[in-house]
Amino acid sequence: MLEVKNLNVYYGMIHAIKDVSFSVKKGEIVSLIGANGAGKTTILQTVSGLIKPKSGEIIYNGENIVKISGHKLVSKGLAHVPEGRRIFAELSVIQNLKLGAYTRRSNFEIDETLKNIFNKFPRLAERKNQLAGTLSGGEQQMLAMGRALMSHPSLILMDEPSMGLSPIYVNKIFEIIKEINNDGTTILLVEQNAKKAMSIADKVYVLETGNIVRSGNASELINDEAIKKAYLGE
Amino acid sequence: MAFFSYLISGLSLGAIYAIIALGYTMVYGIAKMLNFAHGDVIMVGGYIAFTCSISLGVNPYIATIISALGCMVLGVLVERIAYRPLRGAQSLSVLITAIGVSYFLQNVALLIFGANTKSFTSIINMPPLKLFNGELTITAEAIVTIIVCLVVMALLTLFVNKTRLGWAMMAVSEDKGAATLMGINSNATIGLTFAIGSFLAGIAGVLLCSSYPTLTPTTGAMPGIKAFVAAVLGGIGSIPGACIGGFLLGILENLSKAYISSQLSDAIVFSVLIIVLLIRPTGLMGKKQIEKV
Repeated sequence: MLEVKNLNVYYGMIHAIKDVSFSVKKGEIVSLIGANGAGKTTILQTVSGLIKPKSGEIIYNGENIVKISGHKLVSKGLAHVPEGRRIFAELSVIQNLKLGAYTRRSNFEIDETLKNIFNKFPRLAERKNQLAGTLSGGEQQMLAMGRALMSHPSLILMDEPSMGLSPIYVNKIFEIIKEINNDGTTILLVEQNAKKAMSIADKVYVLETGNIVRSGNASELINDEAIKKAYLGE
Repeated sequence: MAFFSYLISGLSLGAIYAIIALGYTMVYGIAKMLNFAHGDVIMVGGYIAFTCSISLGVNPYIATIISALGCMVLGVLVERIAYRPLRGAQSLSVLITAIGVSYFLQNVALLIFGANTKSFTSIINMPPLKLFNGELTITAEAIVTIIVCLVVMALLTLFVNKTRLGWAMMAVSEDKGAATLMGINSNATIGLTFAIGSFLAGIAGVLLCSSYPTLTPTTGAMPGIKAFVAAVLGGIGSIPGACIGGFLLGILENLSKAYISSQLSDAIVFSVLIIVLLIRPTGLMGKKQIEKV
């Protein structure tokens, strides 16, 4: 579904992503793990067109999307839950959700999706007229996910969905990610919470200062001594 | 009765400031830039209406629409050519560019129309309203200007709060990157904002020249700056703020002209800006900015 080949991204003179290649198959949860500054967010932002790479290819459903501007990717089924949630704080919950469906035209289908999202996140239904900025961190994360789902995506990029949340919410968010995946959406997940990420992922790539240093099935890597030591704190 | 007459002409002047300030405030809210050429778009609007209605003999109302559309095209072109390449540049570079555009427009007008004052004929051809046995006279221009301002504000508020494009505008204003992730084309949205603001500037230009019927290449400069003061006074970025700021400023200016000194009125207007900035930097309706570190 998604294939990234020899991706190189620079911030000015800084070579942030060095020849990174990875792939995501339809129906999978693929997790990129790594420390702060390893380049996880940069990779996601490049895939969704917010940052333009210096070289490399991003093949999405057979099409090289490197040159396509970010806003055109949403209607191709690519959604992105950004780091730090970035919900529209001055707008209401329902406005945020409807903006998620900005590229869709059929009101009937949008209402259908909205119903599903309210079923998945009853909390958002309770607060639909509240300004998004007044929600708690966990609720904002749910809103950011709901907003991404509103575009009816086939691939969702999720950037640190558990960041800054209480342990109860962390568990809840990972359950929801699993659920979204079971509904048929492919997920590319970036996390610092490597243990949690590996527990739900099919495939894992380990990123260190812009390079992919390890990759493999989650079930294998989770028992790898070096990974355990470096990322799982055991 | 004299007081009411000053008050109403102040309201009418304020309505013009408010329409101009709406353009300032919307562009600031969404593109986060001060478009100092906005005042000169008003002047261009005045010249377009002048050329159409006086030189070419077009019906004055149609001339107003042509002028608004002309300004809209001008605003979009200016954004496309001068400001868009600077997206992401330091705000100082954008500000200087805006001042450059302002001088450019003034000098193009000077080149085409010369420095002589053109006397504009009001597009509103209606008798003034006389109240209280003729003691209070309200010009038709004042009534039309105030009504146009209120209608414009109501339509804009509806547009921003109720339509998909309006929500997209608010989204872009809050977070351009996140808006892109929703599939919103932020450049097009910013272009649309310039289109709306400049369209309003065209209308403001015609109304301004109808009430104050002299037209020179620098006609737009002073009202432009005052409208900017009005936008800051009301809280820059806020649509109702721009209106309230505009009305307050117009009334203040007219009352100071009448009761204090007509030479000092501008000084008083700008003192208000300084005082507001000292006491309430975000303006009357502005939101408190919380700096996240």
